[in-house]
Amino acid sequence: MSTGNSVILTTENVSKRFGGLLALDQVTLSVKEGEIFGIIGPNGAGKTTLFNVINGVYPPTEGRVKFRGEDVTHLQPFDMSKRGLARTFQVVRPLMELTVRENVTVGACFGREHLPLEKAEKVADEVIDFVGLTARTEMLASKLNIAQKKRLEMARALAARPILLLLDEVLAGLNPQEVADMLTVVRKIRDQGITILMIEHLMHAVMNLSDRVFVLDYGAQIAEGTPQEVSNHPKVIEAYLGDPKVAQRFLEGTA
Amino acid sequence: MNIEALIASSIDGLMLGFVFGLMAMGLTLIFGVMKVINLGHGPFIVMGMFAILVMSQLGINPYLGLAIIVLLGLLTGIVVYFVAVHRVINAPELTTLLATFSVNMILIGALTIIFSTSPRGLDLELPSFRAGTITVLGTRLVAVLVAIAVTIALYTFLYRTRTGKSIRAVANNRGAAELMGINSTWILALSFGIGTLLAMISGGLLATLFSFTVLSGGGLEVKSFVIVVLGGLGNPTGALFGGIIIGLLESITTIFIPVSWVPVFEFVVFVLILLFRPTGLFGAR
Amino acid sequence: MKTLSSPFIWIILVVVGGASLLPVLTNSVSLREDMFLMLMLVILASSINIIMGYTGYVSFGHIVFFGLGGYLAFFLMKEFQVHFVLAALVGGVGASLIAFLMGIPVLRLRGAYFALATIGINEAFRAFFTNFDLFGGSVGMFFNFAVYDAYGGAKSAGQFAYYAMVVLALATIATSFIIKKSKFGLGLMAIREDQDASMVLGINPVRLKVLTYTISAFFPAVAGALFFFKNGLIEPAPAFELHRSIEALVMVMLGGFGTVTGPIVGAVVYERLRGFLITNPTLSSAHLVIAGVMLLLIVLFVTAGVIGWVRQRVPALRRYLE
Repeated sequence: MSTGNSVILTTENVSKRFGGLLALDQVTLSVKEGEIFGIIGPNGAGKTTLFNVINGVYPPTEGRVKFRGEDVTHLQPFDMSKRGLARTFQVVRPLMELTVRENVTVGACFGREHLPLEKAEKVADEVIDFVGLTARTEMLASKLNIAQKKRLEMARALAARPILLLLDEVLAGLNPQEVADMLTVVRKIRDQGITILMIEHLMHAVMNLSDRVFVLDYGAQIAEGTPQEVSNHPKVIEAYLGDPKVAQRFLEGTA
Repeated sequence: MNIEALIASSIDGLMLGFVFGLMAMGLTLIFGVMKVINLGHGPFIVMGMFAILVMSQLGINPYLGLAIIVLLGLLTGIVVYFVAVHRVINAPELTTLLATFSVNMILIGALTIIFSTSPRGLDLELPSFRAGTITVLGTRLVAVLVAIAVTIALYTFLYRTRTGKSIRAVANNRGAAELMGINSTWILALSFGIGTLLAMISGGLLATLFSFTVLSGGGLEVKSFVIVVLGGLGNPTGALFGGIIIGLLESITTIFIPVSWVPVFEFVVFVLILLFRPTGLFGAR
Repeated sequence: MKTLSSPFIWIILVVVGGASLLPVLTNSVSLREDMFLMLMLVILASSINIIMGYTGYVSFGHIVFFGLGGYLAFFLMKEFQVHFVLAALVGGVGASLIAFLMGIPVLRLRGAYFALATIGINEAFRAFFTNFDLFGGSVGMFFNFAVYDAYGGAKSAGQFAYYAMVVLALATIATSFIIKKSKFGLGLMAIREDQDASMVLGINPVRLKVLTYTISAFFPAVAGALFFFKNGLIEPAPAFELHRSIEALVMVMLGGFGTVTGPIVGAVVYERLRGFLITNPTLSSAHLVIAGVMLLLIVLFVTAGVIGWVRQRVPALRRYLE
């Protein structure tokens, strides 16, 4: 279902070491323009670390990251933002003492378009409308509940008018209704032409939403392909459930 | 260059350094346990000085008075903790800095009212010792011995007693310590009390060495910051060594450069360490 | 610029400007002296707010710029007979330059480390000037009264210094306001709230922090130049008096950090209270204790200060009471 053929982001043999711990092991992937690319894997697999490397929070120990043909391996996060990369955090990080509007305006001011304050505020209002937070525009970020904070996080990233959006577990902590709402928002974002790279734990969501899925375990790639291919991959099942034969027996009810 | 002068200065500086190290230990302990920079440190030192003064005026031997100071320091620290620090212990740094600074203002104000700002001194006559041509003042020697004794006592407490271990646990990871059943509030209060009493003891010792005023605390507090950063924030051993280094530095450099330039040198070193090795020479804890 | 169309800033400027004209209208020298000091404190508090209130970096040793500007300007006036306005501006620029150069390494430090470093810097400069004979060493420098002749005598020099201080205060307040309402100010506040998140959002923290620090050094420096010009005498101890910048911090906390009016309100209230306490026979020795208790109560219970508290309680005013 991808609308474009060009590759927008690649990581080439990216490894990341923290002292003695190998968090990422030769990770190679490529994301096509316009698609929704899911990243899954058990806890501690290195998914957020991968985002941090792509985003520029820290450089990889080995390997390269290329965005739209440019080698961006050693750039800082604010440089990446200028180039059209936006990102949300797994544990949301709202700017507490600022209002929703001010939060989103920051995104618009310092994102890809680097808008002046007035234009940025207009963009902010549009984006706040898009995620459905208009009623709370003047509220302090610290007063929002978790679902609203997640939407704020999303709005702030969108206000930067990114080309590629990195979503880190946007669905975590949401009840089923909130999940459904968020999924609709994610689809709307993709329909606007923004490429999405998402880390997610909620299986049915990521499988339903993604065009392609990439599976990490202990920092290394163990599978890649369409959701269908990946969910039947024995290694994936093993990583999540242990021995695939046992998993099979559970499914058949003969265990 | 006079070798004898050099040796004499070095010994003097070394001894003073021990007392300075003790002075800084309290500050670094409080930081290590609760990540709070106690800007009330200076006044606590001064309180120790005046406590000794009062006691000597009452006829109590200053060195015995130190035992009373231990109790005084502990109580004062615990009270200050609950009044000023506990409520904001988890707040951003600025809040605790200003809270402890307000304690500083209150204490200095109170001490000024009681004692006024005129200089004071203890009249302490102790025999001096001679080794060859080098004279060691008795007061200095006793001060060093007391400082060493207190340090040993502190380490025994921290490493051999259950409470001490609890303190180290809370310093390491407060949340985990609480999960293991340690009452972190009392431990924090106790730590603050210990930090305070260390400052007070050092004040008492300094009173036996130099004359002082209510305002002496300011310079000593800044010196404590320098020592603490030098030794590594939160590292008591580092503070002791940092104190010794500063003591030696101050004594020896006066031979080579004019006395008044020493502070410039000290503060430049201080800023440089903060910039390039913020964990101090011995590593922060 | 949309910023300037907000009526709020004009109200503040008119109020401050109007109050400053009182001594001139009533021809009261003692009132003028009071206002001179008050304006100086407003400038000091506002400039600390620019670095602290907006970025969250606590500059304990901020008074160092007061001393640096003072010394630089004094030297120019004494040795080269430079006009006091020009000397003051040069002092301001000089101090800003030093802030810029120092800021680059020092602003990489966080929280308490930064606060300690600023103390160390102030003390280092103080010790340096105490030894530096070119600038008078521990004795400092003083004016031959002939210097004031160029301004029509000591009395009128005092008047000119006052006018200059008024202009400086208005400029400081205006700058504080412009920063707050600008995109630059928004970036600063993002840094204050969450520096790492702000980096991901596209803000370059180092660049913004250093620029802010540089700006925040200019105003106290010029104030120092004016103060010591009027004084006719400059010495290391009062030029780099650490207590002053800590008091300015108290004023900012009292009035409300991160706001434009907060430092003004804080400075006025604090100074009035201090003046009252010191002249009151029974309470004068207790002024430090009372100030300390006040600060403690604010820090423990009303962190946002007077203005901040009002803004929280009356949300409608939030847009208007900056």
